[in-house]
Amino acid sequence: MSGERYRNSFLREVEHNVEEGHWVKMCMQCGVCSGSCPFGPHWAHPPQELFMMIRAGKREEVLGSDAMWMCTSCYNCVVRCPRKLPITHIMHGLANYAHRLGLAPKNQPTRQFAKMFWDNLSKTGRVNELKLSLGLYFKDGFKQGIRNALAMKDIGLGMLKAKRLNPLELVKPHACKGAKDIHAILAKAKEIEDRRKGLSA
Amino acid sequence: MAKKEYAFYPGCSSQLKASAANYLTSTRSLCRVLDIKLTEIPDWNCCGASIGYAEGGELPRLALNARNFALAESHLPGQDIVATCAACWLSARETKERLDASAELMRETNEALAAAGLHYKGEVAVRHMVEVLIEDFGYEALAQPVVKPLAGIKFAGYVGCQTNRPFGIAGESFENPMYLDKMVETVGGEAVTGYDQKVTCCGGALAFSEAEKSQKQIRDIVESAYDHGADMIVTPCPLCQANVEIYQSEINKKQGTKFHMPVLYYSQLMTVAYGGSAREAGLDGQLIRAEKLEEIAAKG
Ligand code: SF4
Ligand code: SF4
Repeated sequence: MSGERYRNSFLREVEHNVEEGHWVKMCMQCGVCSGSCPFGPHWAHPPQELFMMIRAGKREEVLGSDAMWMCTSCYNCVVRCPRKLPITHIMHGLANYAHRLGLAPKNQPTRQFAKMFWDNLSKTGRVNELKLSLGLYFKDGFKQGIRNALAMKDIGLGMLKAKRLNPLELVKPHACKGAKDIHAILAKAKEIEDRRKGLSA
Repeated sequence: MAKKEYAFYPGCSSQLKASAANYLTSTRSLCRVLDIKLTEIPDWNCCGASIGYAEGGELPRLALNARNFALAESHLPGQDIVATCAACWLSARETKERLDASAELMRETNEALAAAGLHYKGEVAVRHMVEVLIEDFGYEALAQPVVKPLAGIKFAGYVGCQTNRPFGIAGESFENPMYLDKMVETVGGEAVTGYDQKVTCCGGALAFSEAEKSQKQIRDIVESAYDHGADMIVTPCPLCQANVEIYQSEINKKQGTKFHMPVLYYSQLMTVAYGGSAREAGLDGQLIRAEKLEEIAAKG
């Protein structure tokens, strides 16, 4: 288990394994970032608090939290932080790490969507907007999917009419010729990253 | 020979029959007028967007962007990469800065690219279309081709997040960037002053996963445009455009509002002002029709 090596220091674990995690110790707890999040009221622990909890070694509470999944990647915090922490990326990094370790909340909707998005784009190298929206509607089963799709049908038809959605995406999607190359590149990149973080299976 | 040439990175949403197809159409039109040659990076791939983080991790996202760089370097040497999408621009530029700053990441990225026989030398420049227009042409030059000033239309300049932070346009502030307003005035429109939702987040990709929270943001963005007397909203970002236009009908349904505010790209304004047709400006791609703009486009 990857946490083992760092049993005594969650901060060290974050520094080593979380994207831009080495910045965490630079936080001076001013709270500016916490006042900057568009979904602020919905954060169980705003960024400043997450950084404090990391230093206090609260591993399970941090990685199991759905707080960082509220990040909209608006970069408000980044341009305001007096210590210039790349807060957005640390939020992404924490979420990714928790997801990889299987500690992130199971039915967190942004976690589900982010996974669908990545799986969608990495298949052909380009996002298939139709399959992505259909997948999103149907993620909670067929019946709910039909209900969701019907609720959005006027919008879908409007997009179709405006030529901003292509029904043929289902059978003949936008795709990269080098899709195989992309698969190879991504597999290699993941392998290198896992090796560096000691996450290899 | 064209006046300027760039390696074009349209991104997934700006393909034909994708959600920002009208951005692509109008960008192509305005480039014809300004004699800009955009050559697509051959076989470009998705940038990963911000939301790719959960499954993608760090190095795979860097490698995705670096593949585009390597392709641009070898097929379109010496040309700056130009993106129209805020997220594409951001991801690509972030990748460039990370790789420039770290020899280790550069080495690892190239190790990944080598799996497909590619190599990134580290030479590309990554820019947004707005930067090209403002820095390589300038407001004065952009005003010259105007034949139909957009007189009498009031625009709320909605800049949003990712064209503005963390990089933004040189010389602009993060809290109150002025370039979009200036572009509106350049083509003869009126930029409403005091639009307080100019840099508010629309929820981004979380409009899909956290619909209610995002729709609250979108409601503020549209409401304030009405409060300030705007006829239309104008934006440089495809996700802002889509979110703010598409969800108005949802918000109306759920909250009893009567929103019907067109949301346009700066490139559509420019195309109409330059004498382009409604079709060339992609106005047929609006869910909420921009009637005042269509009228100007239809005038002989
Ligand atoms: S703004 Fe920066 S220094 Fe202040 S609490 Fe947030 S991360 Fe820490
Ligand atoms: S980028 Fe994320 S952490 Fe930063 S202000 Fe926006 S929502 Fe909050």
